[in-house]
Amino acid sequence: MPEEWTVESITRAMLPVLLGLTAVEIGSGLVLGTFETTLYRYHSLLVLVPVTIGTAGNLGSILASRLSTSFHLGTLSFSPRDDDLAGNALAIVTLALTIFPLVGAGAWAAAGLTGSTALSLLDVVAVSFASGAALAALAVFVAVTATYAAYRLSLDPDDVVIPVVTNVCDVLGVVVLFAVVQLLV
Amino acid sequence: MSIRDVAADAYREAAPALVASMLGGLFAGAVLSGMRAELRAVPGLLVVVPAILATRGNVYGSLGARLATGLHQGLIRAEFEADTRLVAAASAAMANGLLASGFAAVLAFAVLDLLARDVAGLGVLVAVALIAGLLSGLVLTVAVVGVVFVAFRRGYNPDAIVGPVVTTTGDVFGLACLVVAVRAVLGVM
Repeated sequence: MPEEWTVESITRAMLPVLLGLTAVEIGSGLVLGTFETTLYRYHSLLVLVPVTIGTAGNLGSILASRLSTSFHLGTLSFSPRDDDLAGNALAIVTLALTIFPLVGAGAWAAAGLTGSTALSLLDVVAVSFASGAALAALAVFVAVTATYAAYRLSLDPDDVVIPVVTNVCDVLGVVVLFAVVQLLV
Repeated sequence: MSIRDVAADAYREAAPALVASMLGGLFAGAVLSGMRAELRAVPGLLVVVPAILATRGNVYGSLGARLATGLHQGLIRAEFEADTRLVAAASAAMANGLLASGFAAVLAFAVLDLLARDVAGLGVLVAVALIAGLLSGLVLTVAVVGVVFVAFRRGYNPDAIVGPVVTTTGDVFGLACLVVAVRAVLGVM
């Protein structure tokens, strides 16, 4: 069926989901708002915000899109011993554990360039690494649950799962960063 | 394939795009950190930031995916011309992006007002969100159409490239346009 390319039909397909996701993102904004003072005081933490949100969302969407492909190819079974499931989950955790220390070091360096050294390199890397480890576990849980839910509800995982997983991981990125900052800073 | 092989493959395939988007994210963070004065001048703006960044990704990521599919199906051609379908897809992205940005500003204002937290006027927040949405929408439309068409013409799969391009340009220009919008609105008011 050739899909219609008009402003009206595209909007009808996109707008309801878009507004729902926007409301979810406002939730993450409200969490950010509660530790505004800490973020303004430690510039390196403010630098961490977009990159943590972005990387968390990317990890979730990479896993969701890989699971979705295995699902379409018929090679996915929802068992912890499934090679595709366990292998992709392991890759996400390994990616998070190697990328987030770099994220922390990068944020510290970027804040340093603007003249802020309120937190040491080790502090920022520790915050980033701890957030990354927690986020990897959450991203795996969210992506697997959402793909499984799409499968049970007979939805195409490509349409629903990726936007939902990306935006949920965005929000979790802020929540986890908030929790880690409370614990470590 | 064993679990180890699957994991090694997935790691190798995902790492480059993840590192590229990390660099974009760090740059966006530097812009965010540099706009503390604007964030303080418009209380509540920080609450809208995640929604604004996500809207750019959601709307223009979807535009990129649609254009890539349209090229594969032969619905559009990789020519920079005022094709009806291309114009409709770009206008729909712009319209939806603006609606979502305005909605984010109204919702943030309503919730912050309800919680009795410090928040700028509704008009200021909405004006900032709409101006930022318009400016970054123009930049992103040009970036997405350009990257998808050039990639397709050179024989690359646009689907594999458009995601990181949108995330990175969206984060950087999303925040840069927000700074411009705050200065414009505060300059007028």
